[in-house]
Amino acid sequence: MSGFRTLLYKEVLRFWKVAFQTVAAPVLTALLYLLIFAHVLENRIEINNLRYTAFLVPGLVMMSVLQNAFANSSSSLIQAKVTGSIIFVLLPPISYGEFFLAYVGAAVLRGAMVGLGVLAVTACFAPLQFVAPWWIFAFALAGGAIMGSLGLIAGVWADKFDQLSAFQNFLILPLTMLSGVFYSIHSLPPFWQKASHLNPFFYLIDGLRYGFFGVSDVSPFISLAVSAAAFLAVGVGALRLLRSGYKLRY
Amino acid sequence: MPSTAMNAAVSIQRVSKRFGRVQALDGVCLEIGAGEFFGLLGPNGAGKTTLISCLAGLTRPDSGKVSVKGFDVQDDYRQARRQLGVVPQELVFDPFFTVRETLRIQSGYFGLRGNDDWIDEILENLDLTAKAETNMRHLSGGMKRRVLVAQALVHRPPVIVLDEPTAGVDVELRQGLWQFVRRLNGEGHTVILTTHYLEEAEALCARIAMLKQGRVVALDSTRHLLERFSVHKLSLRVEAADRLPEAVTRRASFSEGYLNVLLGGVEEVEPLLAAIRQAGCPIRDMRMNTTDLEDVFIEVMSGQDAARPEAAR
Ligand SMILES: Nc1ncnc2c1ncn2[C@@H]1O[C@H](COP(=O)(O)OP(=O)(O)O)[C@@H](O)[C@H]1O
Ligand SMILES: [Mg+2]
Repeated sequence: MSGFRTLLYKEVLRFWKVAFQTVAAPVLTALLYLLIFAHVLENRIEINNLRYTAFLVPGLVMMSVLQNAFANSSSSLIQAKVTGSIIFVLLPPISYGEFFLAYVGAAVLRGAMVGLGVLAVTACFAPLQFVAPWWIFAFALAGGAIMGSLGLIAGVWADKFDQLSAFQNFLILPLTMLSGVFYSIHSLPPFWQKASHLNPFFYLIDGLRYGFFGVSDVSPFISLAVSAAAFLAVGVGALRLLRSGYKLRY
Repeated sequence: MPSTAMNAAVSIQRVSKRFGRVQALDGVCLEIGAGEFFGLLGPNGAGKTTLISCLAGLTRPDSGKVSVKGFDVQDDYRQARRQLGVVPQELVFDPFFTVRETLRIQSGYFGLRGNDDWIDEILENLDLTAKAETNMRHLSGGMKRRVLVAQALVHRPPVIVLDEPTAGVDVELRQGLWQFVRRLNGEGHTVILTTHYLEEAEALCARIAMLKQGRVVALDSTRHLLERFSVHKLSLRVEAADRLPEAVTRRASFSEGYLNVLLGGVEEVEPLLAAIRQAGCPIRDMRMNTTDLEDVFIEVMSGQDAARPEAAR
């Protein structure tokens, strides 16, 4: 497993060396969302007896976790493929399982760092509770792992940066934005409520909110089950892709 | 020399690989013995890099078997890859790290921690010590190439493969690199080299395979290849040339006072000289030009039937 340790270390070092872009920038983005939405809506909306700003924070945290976990594994892989430096991890005796764990592990760590950063800065603006910290941990981990795996699949599949940003802009961004970051899905018309239940990110965000406030749209157990199933699906998909050597070993 | 499967450093058995409509490798068979300095030559697109990729597990052949030190590169990939150090043809690098970080990370991939003594030694030998803490982005092309060599050596692989390692490297560095690689070979490492500089291959490699359109068209010791393909040209200045026998003049031509005779091999020199002596023609001057690997290469590559090595002989 020593190959795994070094690969994980290298993947973490890679984003940490440019932490200003990979950690600080997304924290700032989330803070801007909070300030703008809170300014506009703070005194008009209350959801589940929560002030809007408080309601918004877990959503922003999860959105940051998801987007950054995806960005980490996908951009690392596409960059290594485009520059050819992928060869350095293909030549050593590293199994596809180790490969998967290292890339997803680094993605989870980046997601967690950004998530903690967002929490730290937004905590100044919103009264937060931590009713069920284990749920917070579980959903943050699940979100990072799902998106780290998805980013791995996208990074292996894509040949160009454009394809990756298309993936990001037309799939990941809409799904996160429409998953209840900014609103409770109970405020939606029935059709869109149903549609939201098909979005796995909804469960991640709803579950994380439960961890903070002890209230949620659906039971956290259901959310965790759905999240685990989603991780299983993308995780198995990513592992099979790696084992087949698709686009990595011709 | 051709070795048995038991102590073969590399064994390639009927390996074929097709990319779309291109048959990159077409039933390649090669055995490379432990400790050999082996040359893999061929024009661009002959399949050299593809063959190396099969060896390294970067490419999966459509058919055939490849093993390194007896370990199958697919079934026993962990062991096989430990035995192998590959210097890729492309000048690739990871722009996030310094030279030392790059080498430490590469060591870690092979499960080696605290490898700094060996890393320092490699850096020293490749004249990179002063650049150890420099970011990869800030190195010249030649230095990046040497870092690639260093990366291939971090785990002290018994088999070292260099895919055109001197492309774009200046003469002085080339000399230094060859000195180092020769030393590694002397210490028992098997070295497999592809290069465009045929004089390099001639000077370094004891045995050579020539590849053309994915097939091995020549495989022999460098000495034999040179002998087999060589057309020695013997130039003589003789007196009373009109007395030379028909047997000699038939295969000769005159230019600038010299009699030029093309010989199939060195063994033909003695009988020729004897014939001239018998005719009573004193020899005043004598020059001999031998072919080099370049001539052999051109000869082999222009061969009509490239499929069978015998045909190329
Ligand atoms: N990944 C690939 N996809 C498609 N064609 C390839 C690929 N790699 C090599 N080829 C083709 O296979 C042939 C052999 O290439 P290569 O092994 O790089 O030759 P060499 O190293 O001897 O110059 C060439 O025609 C090349 O275009
Ligand atoms: Mg090549």
